[in-house]
Amino acid sequence: NGTLVVAEHTNEKLVPITLNTITAASKLGEVTCLVAGSQCAKVAEEISKVQGVKKILLADNEVYKGFLPESLTPLLVAAQNQFKFTHILAGATAMGKSLIPRVAAKLDVSPVSDIIGINDTDTFVRTIYAGNAIQTVKSKDSVKLITVRGTAFEAAQVEGGSGATEQAPTVDVKNELSEFVSQELTKSDRPELTSARTVVSGGRGMKNGDNFKLLYDLADKMNAAVGASRAAVDAGFVPNDMQVGQTGKIVAPDLYIAVGISGAIQHLAGMKDSKVIVAINKDPEAPIFQVADYGLVADLFKAVPEMTDAMNK
Amino acid sequence: MNPFDEIAVEEAVRMKEKKLATEIVAISCGPQQCQETLRTALAMGVDRAIHVLVDPKDYEGLQPIHVSKIIANAAKEEKADIVLLGKQAIDDDCNQTGQMTAALLDWPQATFASKVEKTNGDLQVIREIDGGLETIKVKVPAVLTADLRLNEPRYATLPNIMKAKKKPLASKKPSDYGVDMTPRQEIVSVEDPPVRQAGQKVENVDDLVGKLKDAGLV
Repeated sequence: NGTLVVAEHTNEKLVPITLNTITAASKLGEVTCLVAGSQCAKVAEEISKVQGVKKILLADNEVYKGFLPESLTPLLVAAQNQFKFTHILAGATAMGKSLIPRVAAKLDVSPVSDIIGINDTDTFVRTIYAGNAIQTVKSKDSVKLITVRGTAFEAAQVEGGSGATEQAPTVDVKNELSEFVSQELTKSDRPELTSARTVVSGGRGMKNGDNFKLLYDLADKMNAAVGASRAAVDAGFVPNDMQVGQTGKIVAPDLYIAVGISGAIQHLAGMKDSKVIVAINKDPEAPIFQVADYGLVADLFKAVPEMTDAMNK
Repeated sequence: MNPFDEIAVEEAVRMKEKKLATEIVAISCGPQQCQETLRTALAMGVDRAIHVLVDPKDYEGLQPIHVSKIIANAAKEEKADIVLLGKQAIDDDCNQTGQMTAALLDWPQATFASKVEKTNGDLQVIREIDGGLETIKVKVPAVLTADLRLNEPRYATLPNIMKAKKKPLASKKPSDYGVDMTPRQEIVSVEDPPVRQAGQKVENVDDLVGKLKDAGLV
């Protein structure tokens, strides 16, 4: 039996949340990883070295281009029918959230989304109401379909493992329902938001997209990622993939610096597990100060450049 | 109404306005209060509504797996071409129902949609993904789930709210759709999250940077 982790990758390399998902899966049983993609053998090799991974199922086929759930679901169902895993897990990313419920419905299973803890092999901890309550649920299904919040589990070590690769079960892999057209990925030399050790985020107080340059300058001095509140994304200051919050990305860096963010609960849901929170806001009553370890009541247009300068010293 | 569902309703109404759809049916599963939500949808421009009344004893264990089975069977019965949903509930935050409905129908799914266009019988959908945006094409019939930036929902006007009271609202039960409501999960506990204590105010940037340096954070 054992557990199956659906590896998320770019066909070139692994997406980091897969390592956190492997850690979660290791708590539940022996880990097999599914690497499905086109020209993705390199990824299988990368995973074979990850500690805790016993086996890799490789499904290399053009049809998996774009990782569409319509083409991946039959593969997962076939793998489940052959190996009878006790759990199937993926990271709670756009990809994992799209795929896991589709597979679950095909297996007639009620999935458990975005878990932050594992009590035993049937019982999982997750947040509800935008992080305002913690729910513990016990699944009664024979196989558990799970997405994992990456920030809640340590990343598995990328060296020292010795997983064996074999071919995934072959399925009739045509997909006439959907087609991948293109991706417009935001290019950035900064660390990735969900795995960065420091995150600098801006909100409505930034006033416009150009002013985010102040945050980029600070972030570059600190080797930080840059995020945003929903208000800043909705106002068109920055693209959607920068949104931190209940419906955006969940982050838990060592240091989170909230600039011009009032601190709506939807935003707090995405960042309140950060180790240290700094808030810079000119409104002393802003709710963000209620969760901040260090609060600075100041005009951000003065404070942020000062901070950038201070980083040089 | 859940804000994501409101966006889904708005998108459906716009499809009808663009003559891409001929009729819009809204469906909601839950207690009696769902009818108010459905009336709001009717006031926004939905033609008729179906309330699937879920018994209070079943409501506690109501999960996306039950709702998606109801919606999938209703979509078949109504011969729907497109099922539009919000991307996630705002109570359990599951983000499952659309994907599961698509699987049960064997239809393609376009989740987290921020733009939907019709192209030669297919739908071209821009989706919000982790690294940016993705464009896919799906065949119709299809299931779409709405993300925040798909549109800005309209406010129902008073005349439309009045008109909505006369629009048909059918009442059904899960058993009408042949769905077994047995809970598949047991809620063991619901607790308050750990409270984060507010820290200290710092006087100025030097003070702040000094503290962060002392803590080894910068």
